[in-house]
Amino acid sequence: MIGQLMNLNATELCLGLPGGTKAVESPAKSSVRNKRGFSETMDLMLNLQCNKEETVDLNNATASKEKTFLKDPAKPPAKAQVVGWPPVRNYRKNMMTQQKTSGEEEASSEKAGNGGGAALVKVSMDGAPYLRKVDLTMYKSYQDLSDALAKMFSSFTMGNYGAQGMIDFMNESKLMSLLNSSEYVPSYEDKDGDWMLVGDVPWEMFVQSCKRLRIMKGSEAIGLAPRAMEKYCKNRS
Amino acid sequence: WRRSGERKAPLSLSLSHTHKAASSSNLNRRNQNQTREMPEDDEDQSPPSDLRSQPPCSPNKSRNCISSSSSQTFPDHVLENVLENVLQFLDSRCDRNAASLVCKLWWKVEGLTRSEVFIGNCYALSPARLTQRFKRVRSLLLKGKPRFADFNLMPPDWGANFAPWVSTMAKAYPWLEKVDLKRMFVTDDDLALLAESFPGFKELVLVCCEGFGTSGIAVVANKCRKLKVLDLIESEVTDDEVDWVSCFPEDVTCLESLAFDCVEAPINFKALEGLVGRSPSLRKLRLNRFVSLEEVRRLLLLGAPQLTSLGTGSFSRGDQSDEQEPPDYAAAFRACKSVVCLSGFRELMPEYLPAILPVCANLTSLNFSYANISPDMFKPIIHSCHKLQIFWALDSICDEGLQAVAATCKELRELRIFPFDPREDSEGPVSELGLQAISEGCRKLESLLYFCQRMTNAALIAMSHNCPELTVFRLCIMGRHRPDHVTGKAMDEGFGAIVKNCKKLTRLAVSGLLTDQAFRYMGEYGKLIRTLSVAFAGDSDMALRHVLEGCPRLQKLEIRDSPFGDVALRSGMHRYYNMRFVWMSACSLSMGCCKDVARAMPNLVVEVIGSDDDDENREFVETLYMYRSLDGPRKDAPQFVTIL
Repeated sequence: MIGQLMNLNATELCLGLPGGTKAVESPAKSSVRNKRGFSETMDLMLNLQCNKEETVDLNNATASKEKTFLKDPAKPPAKAQVVGWPPVRNYRKNMMTQQKTSGEEEASSEKAGNGGGAALVKVSMDGAPYLRKVDLTMYKSYQDLSDALAKMFSSFTMGNYGAQGMIDFMNESKLMSLLNSSEYVPSYEDKDGDWMLVGDVPWEMFVQSCKRLRIMKGSEAIGLAPRAMEKYCKNRS
Repeated sequence: WRRSGERKAPLSLSLSHTHKAASSSNLNRRNQNQTREMPEDDEDQSPPSDLRSQPPCSPNKSRNCISSSSSQTFPDHVLENVLENVLQFLDSRCDRNAASLVCKLWWKVEGLTRSEVFIGNCYALSPARLTQRFKRVRSLLLKGKPRFADFNLMPPDWGANFAPWVSTMAKAYPWLEKVDLKRMFVTDDDLALLAESFPGFKELVLVCCEGFGTSGIAVVANKCRKLKVLDLIESEVTDDEVDWVSCFPEDVTCLESLAFDCVEAPINFKALEGLVGRSPSLRKLRLNRFVSLEEVRRLLLLGAPQLTSLGTGSFSRGDQSDEQEPPDYAAAFRACKSVVCLSGFRELMPEYLPAILPVCANLTSLNFSYANISPDMFKPIIHSCHKLQIFWALDSICDEGLQAVAATCKELRELRIFPFDPREDSEGPVSELGLQAISEGCRKLESLLYFCQRMTNAALIAMSHNCPELTVFRLCIMGRHRPDHVTGKAMDEGFGAIVKNCKKLTRLAVSGLLTDQAFRYMGEYGKLIRTLSVAFAGDSDMALRHVLEGCPRLQKLEIRDSPFGDVALRSGMHRYYNMRFVWMSACSLSMGCCKDVARAMPNLVVEVIGSDDDDENREFVETLYMYRSLDGPRKDAPQFVTIL
């Protein structure tokens, strides 16, 4: 039976995996070869099944070559798409999809963005004309983040930001004096939509809950303090 | 006098001869497209003996000096200056590469005078080497990822980071004016550094790049006061909700070209209007789909007469479609007296298409490739485009539309037909009929990209005879392994005719059912081929061997899903140092063989890409990407890349 398949395969068109004959010979092996890193494993397994169907057909019928060659490739039902084929760039594919779902706004997929565990948040600074983005998973502590932000916005501050570094929540008077000053303090919007002062919760919790960062003047942040203190106390207890 | 190598005729440079000599000798081993190491032994090109007695400088010559600039004598200085003044006029990088091989002095002076550097593979050398070799660079063209990365055949975060380049150049090239990147990963920080480090910066072109957003663009717009060109082409730009258009300086700008058609973010139209109004040098403007037809009309009324290239944005109306009478869009286009290049039409409302008729007679380039136009809508438009040389469209125009192109566009040089439905089992409204018509009507065709579902050998053979100027032939029959749909035979003869008869062919992409025979033809006739793309083709190792042994100019080889294995890979080892890269994915290569190649060729970086768990059981390598490099394996390879 394998011999027959071999003969037919030598001459016939088939939707083969590379080294197609080998795949037919040893099904066990082919399942290993089906392991593709980022390619769709499912796709190729479906293809393999289709292939098997066809070779079984060839076996049963004394199929003529012409029949196979001219076989309408659209026949195999639900033919899975192979990765990257036909070779049309994603950008163009997305544009076409957009047009087909006439006007329905396709969310522009951020490719290198939020996949893979990155925590990208927008950072705006009062007075700066544009915002930046940071990936919170890149930093290990508030100090790291603070340094990075200081560098990022250094052209906009008068060197006031970062002087404090991490806000000392333990010292209430220090906190209040900071908030009364014209120094910049970082605040963030958490999962609940509340704006908090950065530094009140443990770092890991912060990374989880921070949705957006805003660097504002201390005097403006004073409105946050009472609630921050409140939540702070709640978290600590 | 002599330096540590003899020179050719000093001032009467006939560099075309130099180039030919260089390329035909074993100097061809050096890639024309990259910086290279100083040859240890200077290539002795001994001048005719009579020239030795005619130095243009003072007589005390005969010294064998291995000079460093500190121990240079007066005549050395003079010669160097003279040479500098001459070599600065060399533009072509082929000529420059050849000139730098003449001797140490020429190598050095060429390095001082090269202002435009092309690097075809960012990993072929380190940024440090660039800045050491070339001291006064004003313009850099840098390419990163291989093309197959565009089709998801490579995981994201593979590399090609612009960061090390920009940080090195920031210190070395304060006068840098132009950066042109293709398939590089560029971050907002990189753009910020660029904007801050180069006060005279003039041109930024990003093609197929990613990693940045509108914040990065904003910084460039804001800080590069001398900016002439900001072209974002087919790049992925994240929407940081930044009004970057407002970030341009408020006074008159130097802008000549602004292309942002790929930016998927709304823009501040009022700011754009203001920008166009204060950019008297603006010639090229390519808008994104968030600019409506009405807004285009307003912009055209501001600056139409100067524009030579226009990207029309969405080409559809906003929500003001309740108006009684739509404005006269044709009038706006009538004002575009100089427009020769038209694109956009991202969300085309076909009833407004006739508005462009006034410009059609002048058009040399028309890009309809985002517009789903039917043949009936299309024909009246193309009928006026007699001067068209470049035409991109969707297959929605059908064979009928292509016949109309063939009838009218006698000057056509480049044709690209993209699939509206890019799936393997889609209908495919274009076929060999359209191609045949084009070959008969457009005899000057040089470049073709054609997606279809049905093709015949006969059409390819006809094209090979009718279009002798073809240099680029890329045919994609979307259904894999499809034979000639009339005869049922493989597509061997068709592609064979193309390589045989199109004597100027340098780039080829094949598809459909192909046996080893097709590759035999390629090896036999494809003597000028530099780039070859193969997918789902061939029967055995012999196919690849034919190509590797037969195509001496092959630089870029990309293969996927084809049954080529170790024997084939080994057969090309004499070539890999002469090539920019080789990509083979889903072929039959074993890890052992790849390791052997890596071991045998120390200046070749052999990357194996794949994210598999049990490497042991893996029989074949998922993806092989190998390229020559002067600085060894890169240090920024991610986990899923193994460098052998």
